[in-house]
Amino acid sequence: MKIEINHQSINMPAGISILDACKSVNINIPTLCYLEDLFPSGSCRMCVVEIAGMKNLVTSCSTQITEGMKIFTHSNRVIAARKSILELLLSNHPDDCLYCDKNNSCELQKLSAELGVRNRNFSKHSIEKEIDKSSPSLVRDPSKCILCGRCVRVCEERQTVSAISFIKRGSQTKVTTAFDGGLNTSNCINCGQCAMVCPTGAIVEKNNIKDVLAALSDPDKVVVVQHAPAISVTLGELFGFKPGSDVNGQMTAALRKMGFQFVFETSFSADVTIMEEASELVERIKKGDKLPLMTSCSPGWIKFIEHFYPEFLNNLSTCKSPQQMMGALIKSYWAKKKNIDSKNIYSVSIMPCTAKKFEAGRAEMITGGFADIDAVLTTREFAKMIDMFNINLAKLKPENADDPLGKHSSAAKLFGVTGGVAEAALRTAAFLITNDDSKVQEIREYRDLEGIKELTLNINGITLKTVVVSGLANARQVLDDIKRGIKQYHFIEVMTCPGGCIAGGGQPFGLDKNRIISRMKALYQIDKNEKIRKSHHNKDVAALYEEFLMHPLSKQSHELLHTSYKARTGY
Amino acid sequence: MNNGLHSMENYLSGNNLEYFKSCLLPGVVNPTSKEVAEKLGTLKNDSVDKPYFFIGAGTCGLGAGALHTKKTLLGLLKSLHLNYEIIEVGCIGLCFAEPIMDVFLPGKNRLSFGHVTSDKVEPIVHALLNHDQAILSQALFQYQSDHLMKWENVPFMEEYPFLKKQKRIVLSQCGIINPLSIGQYIAQSGYVPLAKTLKELTPIEVCDIIEKSGLKGRGGGGFLTGKKWKFALSTPSDQKYFICNADEGDPGAFMDRAVVEGDPHKLLEGLIIAAYAIGASKAYIYIRAEYPLAIAHLEKAIDDLYLWKFLGSNIFDSGFDLDIIIKKGAGAFVCGEETALIHSIEGKRGMPRPRPPFPAVSGLHGKPSVINNVETLANIPAIILNGSDWFNSLGNNNSKGTKVFALSGKIKNTGLVEVPMGITMREIIFDIGGGPKNNKLFKAVQIGGPSGGCVTNEHLDINIDYDSLKTIGAMMGSGGLVVMDEDNCMVDVAKFFMDFIQRESCGKCIPCREGTKQMQNILEKITRGRISEKGNDALDRFKGILQLEELSNTIKETSLCGLGQSAPNPILSTLKYFRHEYEAHIFDRRCPSGVCSELVNFEIIEEKCKGCTLCAKKCPSSAIKGTPKAPHYINNEKCIKCGQCLKVCKFGAIIKN
Repeated sequence: MKIEINHQSINMPAGISILDACKSVNINIPTLCYLEDLFPSGSCRMCVVEIAGMKNLVTSCSTQITEGMKIFTHSNRVIAARKSILELLLSNHPDDCLYCDKNNSCELQKLSAELGVRNRNFSKHSIEKEIDKSSPSLVRDPSKCILCGRCVRVCEERQTVSAISFIKRGSQTKVTTAFDGGLNTSNCINCGQCAMVCPTGAIVEKNNIKDVLAALSDPDKVVVVQHAPAISVTLGELFGFKPGSDVNGQMTAALRKMGFQFVFETSFSADVTIMEEASELVERIKKGDKLPLMTSCSPGWIKFIEHFYPEFLNNLSTCKSPQQMMGALIKSYWAKKKNIDSKNIYSVSIMPCTAKKFEAGRAEMITGGFADIDAVLTTREFAKMIDMFNINLAKLKPENADDPLGKHSSAAKLFGVTGGVAEAALRTAAFLITNDDSKVQEIREYRDLEGIKELTLNINGITLKTVVVSGLANARQVLDDIKRGIKQYHFIEVMTCPGGCIAGGGQPFGLDKNRIISRMKALYQIDKNEKIRKSHHNKDVAALYEEFLMHPLSKQSHELLHTSYKARTGY
Repeated sequence: MNNGLHSMENYLSGNNLEYFKSCLLPGVVNPTSKEVAEKLGTLKNDSVDKPYFFIGAGTCGLGAGALHTKKTLLGLLKSLHLNYEIIEVGCIGLCFAEPIMDVFLPGKNRLSFGHVTSDKVEPIVHALLNHDQAILSQALFQYQSDHLMKWENVPFMEEYPFLKKQKRIVLSQCGIINPLSIGQYIAQSGYVPLAKTLKELTPIEVCDIIEKSGLKGRGGGGFLTGKKWKFALSTPSDQKYFICNADEGDPGAFMDRAVVEGDPHKLLEGLIIAAYAIGASKAYIYIRAEYPLAIAHLEKAIDDLYLWKFLGSNIFDSGFDLDIIIKKGAGAFVCGEETALIHSIEGKRGMPRPRPPFPAVSGLHGKPSVINNVETLANIPAIILNGSDWFNSLGNNNSKGTKVFALSGKIKNTGLVEVPMGITMREIIFDIGGGPKNNKLFKAVQIGGPSGGCVTNEHLDINIDYDSLKTIGAMMGSGGLVVMDEDNCMVDVAKFFMDFIQRESCGKCIPCREGTKQMQNILEKITRGRISEKGNDALDRFKGILQLEELSNTIKETSLCGLGQSAPNPILSTLKYFRHEYEAHIFDRRCPSGVCSELVNFEIIEEKCKGCTLCAKKCPSSAIKGTPKAPHYINNEKCIKCGQCLKVCKFGAIIKN
């Protein structure tokens, strides 16, 4: 199909939108509501373009190209319209950028700069709206909301949670929960995908930096920290590294500079998780009950099941997530080993996830009178602390994490990407079944960003039907299929966020696919380069069992490393 | 005899016909043709065997006190020991004359009386029963018939000024027949078009007839109805939907309500034919919950249709199945927009989405769906019955048939009128509507509701059709006509519509949500007096004026749906024709019509003031100063325009300007 963009004749495949056509020839059109792969909502009107022969400007996101179409993406009329629309938005925006969490990373701010907004054209009529701080994971400030609807669509269409929607009309419109009751009264699963797509500072994580700083300056506290497998391949992006750079060693060094006394890697407890979960899988298959086994590392997914599919609660693995396992091990095994009183330990975790903040606060996550985890920071908060301490990440010499909770197999590192938990679990499960390490190595079928990936394995005559899911709309589809009897599985891995933790709600803002792919590739590269690639090969894990837990699914491990779930209500 | 049954016999046979007869004449086995004729005669109200009383009990009638009238009538008739029948009918369109009571005596023409409040019932009934001719001067008109005695000195319906220039297709039975009687509808040849459609026409033939007739969507879009149907018909799908939009939301529009209340079967018949034409097996009627009477009538009518087997599966053995579902809306203006309406039916928030895909391709639940409004569908049976050429011969160039308008505002005869397309605005306002009330000067008429524009004196002779109205910046819209006279301030009118649109904007797209709020703010500032100005307000009002037109363009050009794209119309239209009024507000801080209270100034005429001090004592803001027995004066900076001084002055010394 031949079209003309800004007087330049171009051949394009039929059936694509003007926006995509322009993108493919490197013509950028600003957008505020556009989301890849979702039906265009056409609400922000920022992507309008002029088309020869058409009376009105059209939105490029929702208009398909037609033969001979003459498009003007930056004509005077278009720029004037975009600027007017933006100025209208600003007339109802608090624009106190200096005090905003999104200062310097705000799409609205960036657009204002691009379009050269230099004075207040329309009189201001911003309406103060109450901030919703009720959630342990997220803070919503409706005054900063520009009602682009991205959060609503992500919540409804990608996650099928629908915790938030629009209420009221006209200039009174706002995004909120059912009955305007606050996120904690809703069925929000805390995944934070809304924050990832919010163009302004209207939805951000609940900030826990202050708590951590207080603990660091408390002489009575032993402050320890763990960082999740997905952090090392994303943090760098916030400091000018190119996407997919692994800054594992530098960030360990940075944490020590800030005053954390011990730095552990959640990957260690991910190896422990695999030992427990793979054993659980083998046991359930042998007994033939409570199948399919569903993974339990992703706290958003857990809350999703508790709200929407309580009939599957027994299918969830009873394993705590790696974060919580690590927390429990620090305050028991490690404290004993180091002869430190558990009550003096302040345990921090750095997570790619906002739901982890909620998980750490669950009543089930108190072991022996102590909370497993005392504070959870997201990748973004961690980056803010690095800035606060004026640390130049690029100039730091990489350091290793502390033993014995720092060593890990590369299988554990794969926990950061969709398919990774299943791959790691099957590597070990295959060994547990066959006592042969050559059976399962890399599982290619899991290694992409597809939302639903099915694979049937045959291990020594045992047929294992597995499915790997990311994004809860996909999870809902799989669960419904199971309920209807259309599908049967033995093992299901679910990650709440599409793509897994590398695109988690606590990661650098934005869901640019290319960036996510780079992060994924980085994790596979780490796996490729590593010698110890299976959880049961981790010597420190073996020592843990030898010295403390005895064996997977033992009484001790049940007390420390396993948990239970409950059905929940809410809108 | 050309009646419903006779025609039905042409289309129905066997069991269908027998069942139909048993419904029409319950309890009569093998009716003789005489029995049938008698029954149909009674149903048709050609003649009556006892006094019949018809009370206009549509929403307008009820508002005017029709129920009191009925109660009084009942009491009176009981005391007279008469054999009688009282029938509640819908609105005949003469809302200004409600409550309306028709009296139909055996052997005499049906007589219509207006303004029959409960106190007037007895004099009318007594006079008629006692052959007192004097009362006839109060009658509005009499119905015409060829076999009944006519009343002397009472005009026939067709001669009555309000009805004379009308051509009634959609409203032909409104206010005349009993809306709750399916038999009566059938006696007027109702459902014959449906039988003809299902038995003789293929869906594509129906679409062809409607397309050729030139019928355009009456909801405001003005798209060729037959063409729209063809899109849906030609889209293959396992399920299609037909949706009737009865979400009448324009301020000053009440045509659809009257049709549904007064003649629900006409709409339903049109809807069934339309559903057949596109191959839909499910139809929805989306109607606002604020229309309880209309909903009740629809529910009764649909129940009857199922009972008579005109709905359900395999209607008339044609293989065509249809269910009709009533969906009550919460009354959001934007839900009149097709895609928002679809979202609302799906249980989602009523917000529009970008088109394409058009609903005819992907609509309700992603299936091909056609949405037509009530008036459009109510035209269908007549077109099927009389043919496309007949309909095409009505109206003018590109606008065929008739259009129903709701006349309201400062006009003598408020009500519903149905006129052939191409009639002039002057004819509607003055010949039918009787011109402005109290002989005030006509200023303008707002057509098309908040999305439309105004027609002024100079354009009164314009032909009312889709194209001509556009040339003067107005539009046909759904048919609300709000008349304004010399006492209306056009800035205030624009402010009213802006306020309406701003509140009814769904909030989805920025230009509409924020732009209309800005426009409303600007109008607020123009109509504000100095006393309530703060900060930069005075500067902002000038700045605002400069922005109005630019802002209008942005909103028009970039809004998502029709609501936003047409939102600036009231401002653009008033700005175009009444610029001087805007200028008076902005530059002189004066409202020429005296409507914008903050811009009104009170003044004391020195010569007339006796210095009685009464006004100064009453003034709540101490704006009046003066010494006793000497003329006082008003400090306009302090005056809050409450008008107390004007009220208390005994010497007429205070004037408002």
